[in-house]
Amino acid sequence: MTATMEKGQNAGVVRPESIVASLEAVNKNYGHVRALRGVDFRVRSGEIVALLGPNGAGKTTAVKLLLGLMPPNAGRVRVFGGDPTNPENRMRTGAMLQVGRVPETLRVREHIDLFSTYYPRPMSSTEILAAAGLEKLSDRKFGELSGGQKQRVLFALAICGDPDLLFLDEPTVGLDVEARRLLWDQIRELVSRGKTVLLTTHYLQEADALADRVAVINQGEIIAQGTPAEIKAQTSGKRIRCITSLSISNLRQIPGVTEVKEDREAVEIHAREAEPVVRELLARDATLSGLEITSAGLEEAFLALTQDSARNGNHSN
Amino acid sequence: MSTATIALNNARIERSSRHTATIYLKEAKYEFLKNLRLRMYTASVLSFPIMFYVLFGLVLNSKEAIGGTSVPTYLIATYGTFGVMGASLFGTAAGLASDRGLGWLQVKRASPMPPFAYFAAKVITSMVFSTIIVLALFTLGITLGGVRMPFADFAHLLGTLVAGSLPFSTMGLALGYFTGPNSAPPTINLIYLPMSFCSGLWVPFMFLPKVVRQIALVLPPYHLSQLALGVVGAGAHQSNATHWEVLGAFAMICLGVARIGFQRDQDKMYG
Repeated sequence: MTATMEKGQNAGVVRPESIVASLEAVNKNYGHVRALRGVDFRVRSGEIVALLGPNGAGKTTAVKLLLGLMPPNAGRVRVFGGDPTNPENRMRTGAMLQVGRVPETLRVREHIDLFSTYYPRPMSSTEILAAAGLEKLSDRKFGELSGGQKQRVLFALAICGDPDLLFLDEPTVGLDVEARRLLWDQIRELVSRGKTVLLTTHYLQEADALADRVAVINQGEIIAQGTPAEIKAQTSGKRIRCITSLSISNLRQIPGVTEVKEDREAVEIHAREAEPVVRELLARDATLSGLEITSAGLEEAFLALTQDSARNGNHSN
Repeated sequence: MSTATIALNNARIERSSRHTATIYLKEAKYEFLKNLRLRMYTASVLSFPIMFYVLFGLVLNSKEAIGGTSVPTYLIATYGTFGVMGASLFGTAAGLASDRGLGWLQVKRASPMPPFAYFAAKVITSMVFSTIIVLALFTLGITLGGVRMPFADFAHLLGTLVAGSLPFSTMGLALGYFTGPNSAPPTINLIYLPMSFCSGLWVPFMFLPKVVRQIALVLPPYHLSQLALGVVGAGAHQSNATHWEVLGAFAMICLGVARIGFQRDQDKMYG
């Protein structure tokens, strides 16, 4: 995962603070499996919130509760201040879920036509096709599309009713880099038109690129909430890889370095922050080459966060 | 409440009922198109009854008669029942089991679609395919099998068979709730084929062994085929009311089972 500054985040952006969706002290069990445990989570009007977590963390469960597809075992689920199963709420929400099989013999425009009919004030089919990048594919049958194109159709179905609140469950899973960026642009475009978006993802980079706020979920509990910058600050920093003539022990002495490993012809250095370490590296070794800086992997980030939360004995932020 | 508000509310209700009608129509239209383009569906559901009819009713036995009714006429009633039953069972159960099991139904449920529209579309589509099958048998029978009946009898037979698709659609809904995407088609066949045989849809009823004929009395396709045969003058001797009652009761039981499945799904674990 390459570290990029996708977006000049500003933590204190002033936005309307009305809460459009919330989970309040929600528990959800599947038999003996506790999918969500005491989850408190709010989505405010006009923001993109990312629910970030590994597979099986409870992200999809949270989305399904908010969509009123199943009831919680304890706690309260509210959407637009009411019950999520309320038909009027459903007219104001759109959802992109993970689907095993969509009817394959219907054409893209037919799927869109049908879903648009469900809503009181749908966008025009031209707008929908453009917003989802499907103009050239509208006559294709769903079964003839590639994985990325199929995801775009599901996205189109989620937005066709011009909803105020959009739930996107792992919208870019299985997409290649280009398709992922395209979908990101489409999501940003929606928010610029005043929509509220809750998306789930297991890519830290995706949450970073899109979200105003991130909630990290692990094993059914929210273990951290904050802006992407705050979340990243809590995770285990950066990985610096380079080919250098400096010895391992020499590298360990550089301030800010937490760990050094040999990796084939190169070394891998872990550091809280990359910049001071890199400055020092370049100063000490003029022959240094093959420099790469990456964010810590999400797995390491989770490890760091879960360890922190265990140490503090405090599972909420 | 002031009269102005009432008028406003009424206006809104009227508009929304028209909107609801549009949703039901489109849902049914696309359900029909979806199945029409599904080769698995059309190949088995449309071609089997038609092929059987051509083979056994037109090629092999077209000059014979069963108890005063010509074979091509008799077999329109029985293969008609067979076709209606297949169209309805596959049309509802297979799609429902797949939509439930693979997440599509959840996307629909998360949308503002009126839930009943989904089921109505499947039932209506099954009736449309039933109509197509029966009309195809009529056409073949009239043109190649010398079938002659008053127009009213054709209409009566068509009406009977298409109405008879309803109990099988409800059975399909019940099956769709208790089978998975992969197990639905074999389960349907496991019920549909033996039931067709035992009800005398392949071999005329009187040629079946006695024990099978007794089993048939509790099988819904037997009762539908007897209603259809009654129209062409080849029925057994029970009253039509009894047949309709059995079919009605069967439909109610299936709806009850489907309802249990629906309820169970509301609270079920998904992925």
